[in-house]
Amino acid sequence: MNKILVFLEGQANKLKRSSFEAISAARTLATGAGIPFAGIIINGTKEQVKSVGDYGLSDVVNAKHELMETYSSTAAANVLHQVIQSENADVILFAGNAKGLELAPRVAAKLEAGYIGDCVELEFRDGNIIAKKPVYAGKSQITVKVNSDRKVYSLRPNVFTATKVDGTIAITTKDYAPNLSEDDKKAFVTAMMKNEGKMDVLEADIIVSGGRGIKGTENYNLIENLAAAFGGAVGASRAVVDAGWRPHSEQVGQTGKTVSPTLYVACGISGAVQHLAGMSTSKVIVAINKDKDAPIFKVCDYGIVGDLFAVVPKLTEKVKHITGK
Amino acid sequence: MNILVCISRVPDTATRILVGPDGKTIDTQGIKYVISPYDEYGIEEGLRLKEKNGGTVTAVTVGSEGSTDILRTALAMCVDKAVLIKADTHKDSYFVAKNLAEYAKEINPDIIFMGRQSVDYDSLQMPSMVSEFLGIPSVSVVSKLTIADGKATAERDVEGGKEIVEASLPCIISCQKGLNEPRYPKLPDIMKAKSKPIETREAIQTDEKVTVLGMSIPLKQRAGRILGDGDGDIDELVRLLHEEAKII
Ligand SMILES: Cc1cc2nc3c(=O)[nH]c(=O)nc-3n(C[C@H](O)[C@H](O)[C@H](O)COP(=O)(O)OP(=O)(O)OC[C@H]3O[C@@H](n4cnc5c(N)ncnc54)[C@H](O)[C@@H]3O)c2cc1C
Ligand SMILES: Nc1ncnc2c1ncn2[C@@H]1O[C@H](COP(=O)(O)O)[C@@H](O)[C@H]1O
Repeated sequence: MNKILVFLEGQANKLKRSSFEAISAARTLATGAGIPFAGIIINGTKEQVKSVGDYGLSDVVNAKHELMETYSSTAAANVLHQVIQSENADVILFAGNAKGLELAPRVAAKLEAGYIGDCVELEFRDGNIIAKKPVYAGKSQITVKVNSDRKVYSLRPNVFTATKVDGTIAITTKDYAPNLSEDDKKAFVTAMMKNEGKMDVLEADIIVSGGRGIKGTENYNLIENLAAAFGGAVGASRAVVDAGWRPHSEQVGQTGKTVSPTLYVACGISGAVQHLAGMSTSKVIVAINKDKDAPIFKVCDYGIVGDLFAVVPKLTEKVKHITGK
Repeated sequence: MNILVCISRVPDTATRILVGPDGKTIDTQGIKYVISPYDEYGIEEGLRLKEKNGGTVTAVTVGSEGSTDILRTALAMCVDKAVLIKADTHKDSYFVAKNLAEYAKEINPDIIFMGRQSVDYDSLQMPSMVSEFLGIPSVSVVSKLTIADGKATAERDVEGGKEIVEASLPCIISCQKGLNEPRYPKLPDIMKAKSKPIETREAIQTDEKVTVLGMSIPLKQRAGRILGDGDGDIDELVRLLHEEAKII
């Protein structure tokens, strides 16, 4: 192995948190393998990359091109391909978010490299990188390695810890001018519609989800209030989404979103395998259910057996007391 | 329109997963197989496009002889043609992607539908890989789609909202829940599908890009503290979150 390259993604004046997670994972691998690592950002700003040093990253390649002012997956793959060649990098890490999951396999295909998506563990061992990734909706996990010289990985967000290093590290940013033409933009983003005012479950540290036990959309304020007390986002089971009580964007599970927050609170959710598929890697799971035999209690850290209509408002008050929200 | 739908055969999502004797793959005993749920949105979208614009819908899968069952289901949903690219052992995603791309080059589709992910290995790579091998664009996790004037306008789920992506045809669309409501095959069509031909061809071989070393059932140790619903219990939960888990 020669060099690790981490794809960095900006968001307003900062980098996405998942980029810091990827930097930390890259640093651990690079230290293990005794090789350098660098970051690559497309049309990045000074502001965006200024904090990478806190996480031990000192070299950033900034690929600049006016055609990349609007995002294009086909063009971005081309840019990355060029930077990978020029940096002679052979291990490429992406955050496994919406952009990374689409882009990483494109880059891997260009490199004719093996790719492992949605990794939850990466370890340098015996001269190779050994990855772990959930399969069968998290019901099992495989340990897997890439055989090709070039290796591409994406990391499940919120699983790898972003760790700061002691002291500050000076950052060297190198501008790179990729060769691009209009023809490379075979797919491009024309608009972005934000879920106004709402925190997305994919970006939340704490998620409070409701299930069929909430009985109707009119009671969802209980879930919203608890989420607000924690400073978290609102999620839902499929039963709730299918009933039309909540939008699909909030659905957690196999046909919804896969989340991995620090805290997941399931209220009136039975814990069907397809729901667990979307949240089983959460750090701490709390379940509130009136049925003591509900399967969710088998996978939770803390459970309350009781009527959510009585428990949730009380819990909300007590949490507020501590968080002050 | 010439429409290609790629479908993958997976264990029914409610199946209990056990590790097989080789320690690397699942125990297949007693498993019921289905079309990967997201691929049904692909079949449906393909059929609707054909109903609007005319053309043919071809369903293709890379798999063993056993995969004819999902091709029969696709035929029962009324796709025009079913193709099995036969591979006796499961290889990696690169192998599947190369084979799908090879087939696509031959029939030159205007659009290719895939699922967001195949819910076995959840590899999350086929749409991007195949499109790269074909030199065409792809849009992943699409929940709304319009095809007009030689281009696709797709709405896709991203963190915090939705993105609108425009792609030139031919392109690959990976389907997300919400795109449509897949139809159920009708009994007469299920009967007819039984005698329809399935084209079988041998897979091309590729070198193994990734190797599975082992499979395990993750056993994350959870505290599993079950409390009652009294005020004291709720206080205890808050204390645990605050002092033990240190989350709040
Ligand atoms: C292919 C496929 C994909 C799927 N994808 C998903 C997915 O992405 N996400 C998902 O969530 N599901 C998914 N499902 C559906 C899944 O199988 C379950 O049907 C669903 O998760 C059930 O939702 P629920 O737990 O809210 O409802 P239920 O299973 O009905 O559970 C309701 C729970 O609420 C409890 N309850 C009732 N009243 C109260 C009260 N007053 N106080 C406290 N507790 C109470 C009950 O004890 C019960 O445990 C999928 C299914 C299939 C077949
Ligand atoms: N063996 C296969 N044969 C045909 N299509 C497949 C196969 N595996 C995956 N696909 C397609 O690729 C999509 C994404 O799968 P994956 O990238 O493996 O998670 C699936 O939903 C299918 O549409």
